[in-house]
Amino acid sequence: MTLGKPLPHDSAPLHVTGQARYVDDIPLPAHALHLAFGKATIAKGRVTAIDLDPVRAAPGVVMVLGPADLPGDCDTSPSAHDEPLLSDQVHFHGQPLFLVVADSHLAARRAATIARVTYETETPILTIEDALAANARFEDGPRIWTRGDVAAALAAAPHHLEGRIEMGGQEHFYLEGQAALALPGEGGEVHVIASTQHPTEVQHKVAHALHVPMHKVRVECRRMGGGFGGKESQGNALAIACAVVAAQTGRPAKMRYDRDDDMILTGKRHDFRIDYRAGFDATGRLTAVDFIHYTRCGWSQDLSLPVADRAMLHADNAYFLPAVRIESHRLRTNMASATAFRGFGGPQGVLGIERVLDHVAHHLGLDPLAVRRANYYDGPAPSGPGTGARYGGPHSPSSPARNTTPYGQTVTGFALHDMTDALAQSADYAARRAAIRDWNADQPILKRGIALTPVKFGISFTLTHLNQAGALVHVYQDGSIHLNHGGTEMGQGLNQKVAQVAADAFGVGIDAVQITATDTAKVPNTSATAASSGSDLNGMAVLAACDTIRGRIAACLAELHQCAPDQVRFADGHVKAGGADMSFAEAALTAYQNRVSLSATGFYKTPDISWDRIKGQGKPFYYFAYGAAVTEVVIDTLTGENRLLRADILHDSGASLNPALDIGQVEGGYVQGAGWLTMEELVWDDAGRLRTHAPATYKIPATSDTPPVFNVALWDRANPEATVRRSKAVGEPPFMLGISALMAISDALAQACPGVYPALDAPATPERVLMTLRRMRAG
Amino acid sequence: MNIAFLLNGRNVALTGIDPRTTALDWLRDTQGLTATKEGCNEGDCGACTVLVTDDQGTRAVNACILFLPQLHGRALRTVEGIAGPDGTLHPVQQAMVDHHGSQCGFCTPGFIAQMAANHLNGDTDHETGLSGNLCRCTGYAPILRAARAAAAAPVPDWMLADAAHGAQPFPGSELSSGGEVHAERGGRGGQTAPLAAHRPQTADELAELYAAHPDATLVAGATDVGLWVTKQNRALGRMIFLSGVSDLAQITETDDRITIGAGVTIARLIPLMDRLHPSFAAMLKRYGSPQVRAVATIGGNIANGSPIGDAPPALIALGATLHLRHGATCRDLPLEAFFLDYGRQDRRPGEFVEAVSIPRQPDHLRVYKISKRFDQDISAVCGAFHIAVTDDRVTEARIAFGGMAGTPKRAAHVEAALIGQPWDGETLGRASAAFAQDFTPLSDMRATAAYRLTIAANLLRRYHAETTGIATDIRGVRP
Repeated sequence: MTLGKPLPHDSAPLHVTGQARYVDDIPLPAHALHLAFGKATIAKGRVTAIDLDPVRAAPGVVMVLGPADLPGDCDTSPSAHDEPLLSDQVHFHGQPLFLVVADSHLAARRAATIARVTYETETPILTIEDALAANARFEDGPRIWTRGDVAAALAAAPHHLEGRIEMGGQEHFYLEGQAALALPGEGGEVHVIASTQHPTEVQHKVAHALHVPMHKVRVECRRMGGGFGGKESQGNALAIACAVVAAQTGRPAKMRYDRDDDMILTGKRHDFRIDYRAGFDATGRLTAVDFIHYTRCGWSQDLSLPVADRAMLHADNAYFLPAVRIESHRLRTNMASATAFRGFGGPQGVLGIERVLDHVAHHLGLDPLAVRRANYYDGPAPSGPGTGARYGGPHSPSSPARNTTPYGQTVTGFALHDMTDALAQSADYAARRAAIRDWNADQPILKRGIALTPVKFGISFTLTHLNQAGALVHVYQDGSIHLNHGGTEMGQGLNQKVAQVAADAFGVGIDAVQITATDTAKVPNTSATAASSGSDLNGMAVLAACDTIRGRIAACLAELHQCAPDQVRFADGHVKAGGADMSFAEAALTAYQNRVSLSATGFYKTPDISWDRIKGQGKPFYYFAYGAAVTEVVIDTLTGENRLLRADILHDSGASLNPALDIGQVEGGYVQGAGWLTMEELVWDDAGRLRTHAPATYKIPATSDTPPVFNVALWDRANPEATVRRSKAVGEPPFMLGISALMAISDALAQACPGVYPALDAPATPERVLMTLRRMRAG
Repeated sequence: MNIAFLLNGRNVALTGIDPRTTALDWLRDTQGLTATKEGCNEGDCGACTVLVTDDQGTRAVNACILFLPQLHGRALRTVEGIAGPDGTLHPVQQAMVDHHGSQCGFCTPGFIAQMAANHLNGDTDHETGLSGNLCRCTGYAPILRAARAAAAAPVPDWMLADAAHGAQPFPGSELSSGGEVHAERGGRGGQTAPLAAHRPQTADELAELYAAHPDATLVAGATDVGLWVTKQNRALGRMIFLSGVSDLAQITETDDRITIGAGVTIARLIPLMDRLHPSFAAMLKRYGSPQVRAVATIGGNIANGSPIGDAPPALIALGATLHLRHGATCRDLPLEAFFLDYGRQDRRPGEFVEAVSIPRQPDHLRVYKISKRFDQDISAVCGAFHIAVTDDRVTEARIAFGGMAGTPKRAAHVEAALIGQPWDGETLGRASAAFAQDFTPLSDMRATAAYRLTIAANLLRRYHAETTGIATDIRGVRP
């Protein structure tokens, strides 16, 4: 049996030998064309004159397209139809103005830099203040969700504080840049091979751009070299450009961004400023919180509304907020349009409340972990005699239940009480915290810090209709299985997990299952592989398809061997029916010879969810995934340099479909999250130019940044909800475990200057850490 | 230009190549060898890592900033050539599968190449050895586990073939003349200008050539010049490749001086400095990446005059002398005098850096590099301090900084505030105040001016603290 086994990634042997093929590795047909965008060199204004003659005359150039040469606006937006492929209205530095078509990638890139462009420039809106002053925003005004009388609760609270945290954005830095290839077909058909998390969206946008029905467009994706949300909408432009050129010329067209272009043109994680006011009691238990979120969305709407919504939906993280108000400003700025990135706003919302609790603990002189625990949602009601001891005292069940989120969803299965106990013990949190304080007392320059932070992350797309998936499964007469579903593979191991589900359903080994490229011609109308939903949705759809075929085989064999269909057993590569025992291949052949269809589609939609995003009320999530991390750091008070020393993580992936792959998501998510909050810094200049547009200037964690002691364990408990084999989604939640790194640095700073709250912003670069300490010491 | 080399064990002879062709583009676009990936095209991510072998051994380098002529007479092995001829996985490949070291897989071939080089060379400092390969999926933990797991496995036979071949003449090495070769066709990025390239074999030959063609671009490791091509699309005109000039790649030690030829790579400098000035060696282990250090030369790091080159501050603090040559004429000058202004050095047309030398001396050197990321980052500030203290009084102070001015620069006022003074807090206070007289740093994406000035003075305090036994190194703290 394969389910729950730590099998390697299905493509691992191909990865290590270099045989795994990405878009740019596909051998091109003859006469293929290569594309590059000519980019604006101002952040706001319009093109008054453009001389493309030098571009056209450049070696290797076949043609150059401006906005007027396109079949329409060729909109690339996933939401508001506000992103023309090419434009002479400039909304951000780098906006594509024209498209170079050449006989090589290098020729196209080179020619794209030599147009002569004249602009009428306007002052760009870059900062939060700029945007608020200009009332430049998406939606009419801030979105506000409220529970209770926050003003009254704040006024009545025994203790108060207020503060602000600023957190930077984040570049995805998928190692494979954006890439697409369009192969023209007959009769207006086009076959697009793209590095995309959302083949159906690409199909839809290409069809729109070409003014053809979606059935003329087939989009395929075998794998991406990383996605992280950055290939949910940001690949649309390349695919559309390729399709337009392929349609106009009848020649294959390929486009891939050079790394600098990729970082300049594509969106990033939304940066946030969160202002907060909190009221609390002497134990640190919150009575009221008022949040104001400000986020710079960039020039177009893209996915900013659901991102900002999800930040609001995670403003509680793991904590019951009796009275709460969240006001969210989605600001329009002249920068590349911020987009989806692992967590999709969740991390920003979570960091807001984690900062509040860190601040409260410091204010009261308490261990932040004690304050966090005092605010946790209630756990599941004790179910047997003697099990309720932990719930005695002030948190006894006799007090009103503390298990309703600000948006009205009841938190069931809240696992963090037990998980925190287990982690604090395995990581030896209390003793290490004390030892660190002793160590710091003897150290004038270096200071260590430690923090434990939890994560509760809501699983489901908040746009409810996206919570559906399809699959297509064929069993061939030799018993081999062809597996296809709507999810895309970006490294997370989705295909392997789903293959394990299929193998389990038929009782065969994993080698019997062939994973195939995601293809809009096989499974239509798919949702993006996003929101951590990949295996939840597609695994269930595949299971449904497998069950259909298995049922047909069982019915056939039951009749042949005189037993009830539900007595036919599929296990260990064999099928047993009545007294017969045959290999799965023999069973498949028998079914075929008895004229049984061995092909089926499967479909799944998440049950029991509903959501009103305007009111901020409903049950947007099918369930929650949980995790907790302890991070220990050391900082240098002379330079602000800092380093992760140790991380201990306990993460909830339900009954894991594949613990090796799940641990991979946890380790990788943690380091990516810690990178967001420590070294990864996006810098724009006053003209709106991104100054950190290559790995020379934008630093993601490297090998030596991973904590030297790194203990990761899974909380291997079945999901109370009926997910695929009771597993839980695991793509995004671990990202937020990285917040413990920032809180540990805050702890170290607090000890370097006792009595002053660090109010540390992110990313905590050496400079930010040192300047924070200077501010603290200056009082 | 005509060149010959081994590619995955087979002979390759190329004629009429554009000398600016990168190994990466050539492999992917003309050979269909697509295992080697383009991640950044600037030598910062390691996705294009390949193995190069010559009589100096085998090293992993970035193919994206490796010009084809640099391969002449050498052996190139790509990921397609790392598994055995019968498809048996190399131990590092098997370990990466077993330990779940790949997720999206795009960085994996580059990791495999670097891991195979480290495995071959018996290098087991995996954190440093893999610091030039970026992975965005795994968080590195499983990759490190794989590297450790594979370390003890024997080197497979097929990985020894390139080095064994080195005992014989490499194919086409008879072509290694210093003569001028014109490449007329098929230019990079559609450029069609005639491209002259040379490959001198001796310093004398180079001196003569460069004096005759002072406009030529000298190419040693190409870790900087490579970016002029891949990122700036610059036409380089005449190119002179230095990799064959073996007499520039010598380290000469005498009783009173150590002379380091301009062609000595950073990788070769590290063991020397480990012995003489360990703090310098420790900083050099953070210089670029393993792939960059394998080819980048000390001469290149000095000659390009970058204000953030990491070796010059340390060399200046060691009292280094620069040895320049034009034709048959040689001249020496203190290294700090070479750097005149941003982008301007005291180097005449046709003159080149032949060597840099340092006096043998007791080790008082500490080199501090401050950057957003510990490994493979460009310094916000790099400070080098040589301070000698006798009877609690400062007797010598040579202090130099990168990242604080338009050039690598000495802190003359700070030095003056230290020399002859007691080595105590009061002197430190006065010396710290003098930094503002020596430096007016800039703000950029790496750091603000205020931060730079603050930490420059704080690094002097770090030096002092170290001499009094106080812990200052976050890398020395064990969890």
